[in-house]
Amino acid sequence: VDLELRPAVEDLLARYVHCIDDGRLEEWPAFFVEDGRYRITTAENYERGLPLPIVYADSRAMLRDRVAALRQANIYEPQRYRHLVSSVLVERVDAKIAKALSNFQVVRVMQTGESTLFATGRCLDRVRIEGEDGRPQFEERIVVLDSRAIDTLLAIPL
Amino acid sequence: MPPPSASIRAWPAEGNTRVPYWVYQDEDVYRLEQERIFRGATWSFLGLEAELPGIGDYKSTFVGEMPVVVARDEGGTLRCFENRCAHRGALICMKDRGRAKEFACVYHNWTYDLEGNLTGVAFRRGIHGQGGMPADARPEHHAPRQFRVEVFCGLVFATLSPGTPAVEQYLGPEIAGRVRRVMKAPVRILGGYSQIFPNNWKLYLDNVKDSYHASLLHLFFTRFRINRLEMKGGVIMGEGGGSHVSFNMMRTDPGAGEYEKAGMRTAKGDYRLEAPELLDSVDEFGDGITLQILGVFPNFVLQQIQNSLAVRQIVPRGVGRTELVWTGFGYAGDDAKTTELRLKQANLIGPAGFISMEDGAATGFVQRGVQAASDRASFVEMGGRDVASSESRVTETSVRGLWQAYRRHMGL
Repeated sequence: VDLELRPAVEDLLARYVHCIDDGRLEEWPAFFVEDGRYRITTAENYERGLPLPIVYADSRAMLRDRVAALRQANIYEPQRYRHLVSSVLVERVDAKIAKALSNFQVVRVMQTGESTLFATGRCLDRVRIEGEDGRPQFEERIVVLDSRAIDTLLAIPL
Repeated sequence: MPPPSASIRAWPAEGNTRVPYWVYQDEDVYRLEQERIFRGATWSFLGLEAELPGIGDYKSTFVGEMPVVVARDEGGTLRCFENRCAHRGALICMKDRGRAKEFACVYHNWTYDLEGNLTGVAFRRGIHGQGGMPADARPEHHAPRQFRVEVFCGLVFATLSPGTPAVEQYLGPEIAGRVRRVMKAPVRILGGYSQIFPNNWKLYLDNVKDSYHASLLHLFFTRFRINRLEMKGGVIMGEGGGSHVSFNMMRTDPGAGEYEKAGMRTAKGDYRLEAPELLDSVDEFGDGITLQILGVFPNFVLQQIQNSLAVRQIVPRGVGRTELVWTGFGYAGDDAKTTELRLKQANLIGPAGFISMEDGAATGFVQRGVQAASDRASFVEMGGRDVASSESRVTETSVRGLWQAYRRHMGL
């Protein structure tokens, strides 16, 4: 565990969830490096070594495609998330790279006012310590959902 | 078959072109479905044979609402039995999957073999000559129900009825041929997940059977010319209406602007992919068919969307709630590049799929929309009023087929 790196990585995790929860999805791909990887999977798949993703991207272009689809193509009811992130562990890999592990909960709030616990899990991150604007960026973010079941649909990223 | 109880209403006189909304709402209908459909003369899909490759491999799943265990016995045969102890009714198997030599109910340690036969009753003869069961007690007579199991092309089906015809016959020759087309080689399981739909199970099956909705709801299909109704394709109906295939060949796109001319939402806007390799598909079947959706009454879907292959099992979870169990797969012989393509195209399916997420929205909209319309019915006359194969997919023939099969099993 690297205590020196921790504030910078926690800042990245906090800015990331505020971006999503505020609905600023156009800014979301910039949290990743150009060939950054993003994957949502279930704990069951992850632990069994099965690769089927719920969402998968291996470039910022693919992340932008997902945002564009959510904005222009896909049909889903208006909804928002509230992320709660905790128990962050940070470990330095080398001079340029850190690994992070964190827990999350997401409450989904529908336009009807219905709030439900939508997802819980952990994020396994590989972070480039000095990214494009000098701040950390994700080289890889694997979102591992605790449950194998997703209610209705998963539109907004986690 | 005796008529349904008086509390169940009559089907509209128009027949299969009308679907009364009470079928999605009525608790009595839901209970009768469990008996006449899921415990009746139908094949319920349980999973892929490849999930249980070894002796003693098991999984727990459901036939309708009935919890069941599927296990491979010592002889290598797949078995399915009710997950309910003969004694007091507790679950015999708690875990989702695993490998076992036998099963033991945790409540009182009654044991079962891999076929679901009761093999042991704890302290059946008592202790030191005291207690125990009467000599003439026959707990075996209360054993969990055992299913007929049939594996067809690596797909595992079960039925309780001795009268259900063999799976191939149940599907009909053309649909069976379309199953063989996708299940052409040993499969490799890529993973799975569940999607919980806020609606009756039949609304999901109806959505699968509805070849008319796909390019009108799913912008991705239309915009990227994956599935448009003017492409070559068709709907093939199996015997009795219960099974169907809908397919199209995207490379036969005439390039005409039918959707643009008609002002369809899904053809509007200028959405473009920055990473279009998502849609780079390989013609791995050699027949030009780029999309094939195959639905079998009451709970099975086999999907090929380009190179994304999956089976889907429909599990009713109450009158207004449905679990859809997705299992994505490739072939054992796939190279790394092919697997990567399938994983990228997994973005099209499932709860976050560019295509499939919208089915979760649309079917829930129907459940909510008809809330105060139990005495009304939906109107299903696209493509005529009959149930027959069709070269056009501007038809609801397979939706009518579903209701034809449903009414036959239900006696409605």
